[in-house]
Order: sequence, then structure tokens, then C-alpha cells
Amino acid sequence: MTTDFTYDLNITHAPDAGGHFEANGTLFGGRFAAETLMQPLQEIEQAFIEAWDDPEFQAERLDLLKNYVGRATPLYHAKHLTAEVGGAQIYLKREDLNHTGAHKINNTIGQALLARRMGKKKVIAETGAGQHGVATATVAAMFNMQCDIYMGREDIRRQAPNVFRMKLLGANVVPVDSGTATLKDAVNEALRVWVANCEDTYYIFGTAAGPHPFPLMVRQFHTVIGQEARAQCLEQAGRLPDVAVACVGGGSNAIGLLHPLQDDDIRLVAVEAAGHGLESGQHAAALAKGKPGIIHGSLSYLLEDEEGQVQGTHSISAGLDYPGVGPELAAMMSKGRLELDSATDNDALEAFQALTKAEGIIPALESSHALAAGMRIAANMKSDEIVLINLSGRGDKDLNTVMDKLGFQDDTQGTCT
Amino acid sequence: MSRLSEVFARCKSEKRAALVGYLTAGDPNVDTSKELLLTLAKQVDILEIGMPFSDPMADGPVIQAASERALASGTHIADVFELAHIVRKTNPDIGIVLMGYANTPFVLGFDIFSKQAVAAGVDAVLLVDIPPEEGYLCDPIFKQYGLDRILLLSPTSTDERIKLASKHASGFIYYVSLNGITGANIGEMSAIKQKVANIRVHTDLPVCVGFGVKTPQQASEVAEFSDGVVVGSHFVGQIPAHATQNEAMVSSINDAAQAMKTAMQT
Repeated sequence: MTTDFTYDLNITHAPDAGGHFEANGTLFGGRFAAETLMQPLQEIEQAFIEAWDDPEFQAERLDLLKNYVGRATPLYHAKHLTAEVGGAQIYLKREDLNHTGAHKINNTIGQALLARRMGKKKVIAETGAGQHGVATATVAAMFNMQCDIYMGREDIRRQAPNVFRMKLLGANVVPVDSGTATLKDAVNEALRVWVANCEDTYYIFGTAAGPHPFPLMVRQFHTVIGQEARAQCLEQAGRLPDVAVACVGGGSNAIGLLHPLQDDDIRLVAVEAAGHGLESGQHAAALAKGKPGIIHGSLSYLLEDEEGQVQGTHSISAGLDYPGVGPELAAMMSKGRLELDSATDNDALEAFQALTKAEGIIPALESSHALAAGMRIAANMKSDEIVLINLSGRGDKDLNTVMDKLGFQDDTQGTCT
Repeated sequence: MSRLSEVFARCKSEKRAALVGYLTAGDPNVDTSKELLLTLAKQVDILEIGMPFSDPMADGPVIQAASERALASGTHIADVFELAHIVRKTNPDIGIVLMGYANTPFVLGFDIFSKQAVAAGVDAVLLVDIPPEEGYLCDPIFKQYGLDRILLLSPTSTDERIKLASKHASGFIYYVSLNGITGANIGEMSAIKQKVANIRVHTDLPVCVGFGVKTPQQASEVAEFSDGVVVGSHFVGQIPAHATQNEAMVSSINDAAQAMKTAMQT
């Protein structure tokens, strides 16, 4: 792979003018926002459309993606893992090798450039696992912008290393105690703060959800993943993958990988967090177990009770612990273009260890869900077939959680098996 | 003439602005909420009944906490309709507006929601997160059931957006006086006055002003240039302030509303 990758900057499968992704008569997406945010959202939409068509904006963005983020990320043929699974060839898209350790920075680079272009001095963001928070704090440091990150108190506890990273980067981490004190509540709080400060503040939304234009914009900034993976697979294997697999919380890494592959004859698989099991009621599988609902500015699938109250979710991975999902994935599922799969906490822990031992790559717990499902799918396929798995992030941030779950004692005399 | 039109016509003939009071249904529990709503209904021209929601994105801490109390004490949408119905039975002339978030009627189904709202004696619905652009979901159904659709305007609303809202709203326009959430500090009075005048260029609908009206003095000032003054967090705030003392809660909401009303009449 050459380092200078040529990206297709045409916007395909665009939503309608109102940001709706139509499927079977339902208009997913849209802009379900309070009046105060309507004009700021229109301004962002306008700025995004102009910037996307501006060669200077694209040149700066792509230069940063190459020289600051480290794109193109490798596509790695995981031969040892393939041998262990004993089925299709497993290829990993190494988003974990991006600067800051996850795909999230593809989006924060784009939105920070947009914020600067719009003359905003301050950025805010929500974060769950802390990966989007770190990616936002990173670009804010680079662009010398003031940065506040909203994070649920529960997630702050689970993701201490990322909290420290954000603080080192100069961001202010604001704990959120309302509701369930996780990602959805951090989004609520960031929206409240943005409403009051939209004059000088830009909200860097972290996933391909929220009110229009965020689902479209976040997708466009992440399609580098799928575009590269497609070309790299053709170059290395001489053919396209048969299956492409990504984990889904809000869905940003999934739409980034899968969107550029949807016009090919490739099975697209979205892997949701099954937590303690899809039937346990303690999971975060919005597409599999949710119903259409409206939250955080868009109409999509949502884990909610019969009266529309949003339900608490559970996943070992904070980044997947979200009751909603991006509207475009909901529309793709509704149209039958997206297959659903899921992985439990335990599945993810097993996959986490399997990849670490087989390939010397420690994956994020989020990505471990995609791995668990991808390995299961590969096991039932032939050896001349290809499963492409998006390794959306690295696992360093999860070591405390995994140590705890595996009962690892920090004892230099002992051994970890 | 719709009931809301009658309310505003009556206030106009009395040369005063309408007092619009908000409480969340089921806060702190359904029984107490019934007393509080009945008390407030006696003082206001229009009663806004909040439908508790798990994720009240446009609300400040006071009304967020109200939603949490209502849900924790087991308030359901059926209770919201029942409370509205109870208020209506003894208050035939006041306006009753259900206020909340899109997901509540969306999940119930706008048709069923509207049918039950009308049966409960509700006049209008205000859904914070359904702007005119997404009105395709509810506008035709509300119209069919004769429910007014209250739309918000804010300091960020351009002339174009004011025209759009005016085209789709009925009942009244709710002008959010500040860029922010409910219960924040009210904006600069002269700027609010100017924006209300600007809105009136584009619509004949009554314009009510809310978000941040906390004192009788503010209510009185807003009343001078608007058709109605909305008070929410100030009333809701009496509930946690008096914790489990129901009588004190009832009398403090009564007194707070009385003070607003008196200030607006002078």
C-alpha cells in the first residue's frame, strides 16, 4: 500500500435535504432538536457542505489524516488467528493504529477543522469509553481550542486512564451525574450546554447519530476506513471480502467501514453488545432489541419501554453502552442490507484474549465484540473466503476492566494464564 | 373559537397578559401532583402539564429532577391524561397544554395520543424536539383532532424560521427568552421585547414568553409586551424545597402563582 491514498470525495447514498434516510416508509434520522439549536445546526450543515467541496479544506484534512493520524491504516491478514479459527481468511482493518488509538480521530480532525473554519473558539464533546473524548481533546490541543468533555460519572470510573489523558491534553472533563451517568446522559448534558453557548462553541458529536447533519458528516469523515479497506483487500487478496464486520454502539466505525462497501456483493454485519445476553434485559443491542424512537435529535432504533422511556443499557465496553444507534444503520437494517449479530461480555473477553495471544494485538473491548462475531462467522466459512473485521481501537484503555474480570492479581511473583 | 383563543381574548379584554404555569405530571407522585395541579389551575389562565421523560434534553436541573421524581414514583402516560382530565373537570375555561418530548407520543402513536389527550380535555400539545421541519409526524393528526400545536421560537430564530413556525403553529407561539435550558437566568429584557416585536411582524398568533421568568418583577415586565408569561422552574422548585410537607408545597405554589398574577395585573 502506498502512503498516498486517493479517496473518493463524492457523497453517495445521501439523506434527503432534511437529513432523512428513508426505508420502507419510515424516515430515519432528521433533525428532532429544540428550536434554539435549529439555526446552529443549519449553519453547521451549510459550513460542512461548503467545506466538503473546498479543495483547500480537503487537502488540509487529508494531510492531517496522513501525517498526524497516520493513515492509511494497514489491512492485516491475521494468519495465526485464521489458523486457530479454521475457516475463512481473517483480515483486520487496523484502526487501532491511528494516533490516539481508535478510529474516532478521523471524525474529530474533520469537525475541528470545520469548527475553526466557522470561527468557533471552543469545542465540547460527549464521551463514553473516552476514545472520542481523547480524540477531541487531542485535536483541541493541536488547534489550540478550549475544550470541555462531558462524561458520565460511571464511565469516568470505568475509564480512568482516558480521563487522565484528556486532562493531560488540556481538556476539562465534566462529570455527568444525571440519569444513568453514562453516555446518553453525557449527550444530554452536552446538548444543554451547547444550547446555551452555541454562539462561540462547536459541539463535536462523536458518533454517526444525533440531529442532521451529524449522521451524514460523521459518516463522511469515517468513510476513509471502508475506502482504504476495500482497495487494500483488492491489492492484497486480489478480491473483495465476502463479509465485513464491525461493532456498533452509536455506529461510527461501522458506518465508516460498511458505507463504502454497500454497493458491492458483500455481507455487511453489525455486531451489537449483548452484555449479559440478549434475553437478559442487560445489553445495548438497539437494532436487535429496540424499537423505533426519537432521542438525541434523530429517529432511529432505541432501547425503550412501552411508553418511550429510554432504558438503561449494559455492556462491558463503555463505548457500546448506548441505548440508541445511528439512523443510517437503522435504515440499512430496515432495508435488509445489514445483518445483525451480537457478542456478550464474555464473548468479547474471550476474543480479546484470543487476538492478543494469536497475533500480539490487544484490541479494545468494543472491537472485541466485532472480533467475537467475526471469528464465529469465519469458522463456518471456507478457507478461500474472506472476513474483514474492523479493529476500531486498541485495548490499552481497557486493561483495568479486563484485569478485574480475569481476576489478575498484581503480583510480580505470580503468573497470569 | 378554540379554547386557547378564548383565553387570550378574555385576557385581552381584561387588559392583561395570560399567566401560563407549568408543573410536571406525577411530581413528586401522582396523588400530590393532583393537588398541586388543581391548586395551580385556579391561579393560571393556561396550565402546562409536563409529560415526564427519561431524557429531558432541553430542561435545566430543576425540571430534570421533576421528571426523575415523577418516573421514580411510577408515573405513566395514563396518569398524565388522568391528571389533565381531573383538572379539566373543575376548570372548564383554562387552557390545558401537554408539554414534553417527541418520543412519548411517537411510541404511543400520535393517533392514540391525540385521542386520549382530547378525551382528557387537553387543548394543545408542545413537543420541544419536534420543530416545524419534522411536523409531518404530528401536524395532520393534531389538526384532525382539533389540538393546537404550540411551536417554540428562540433568540437564534431567523426571520425565515419565524415565518416557518408561524405557518405551522396554532394556539400561541412560545418564545424562549434565552439561548439555554429551562430555569436559566432570563435574558436582557430589551432584547426579548425587540424579538417579540419582530415575531409579531410575521404572525397574528398570541406570543407567550418563557424560560427564566422567576420573579413577579420579571413577570410584570414581560407581561407589558407579550400575550402571556410562562413560569415553570420557579413553581417546580417549590416541590423539592418542601420535600414531603404536602401542605407547605401546595401553599407555596399557590402563593408563588398569586404573586406572579398580582404583579402582572398592576
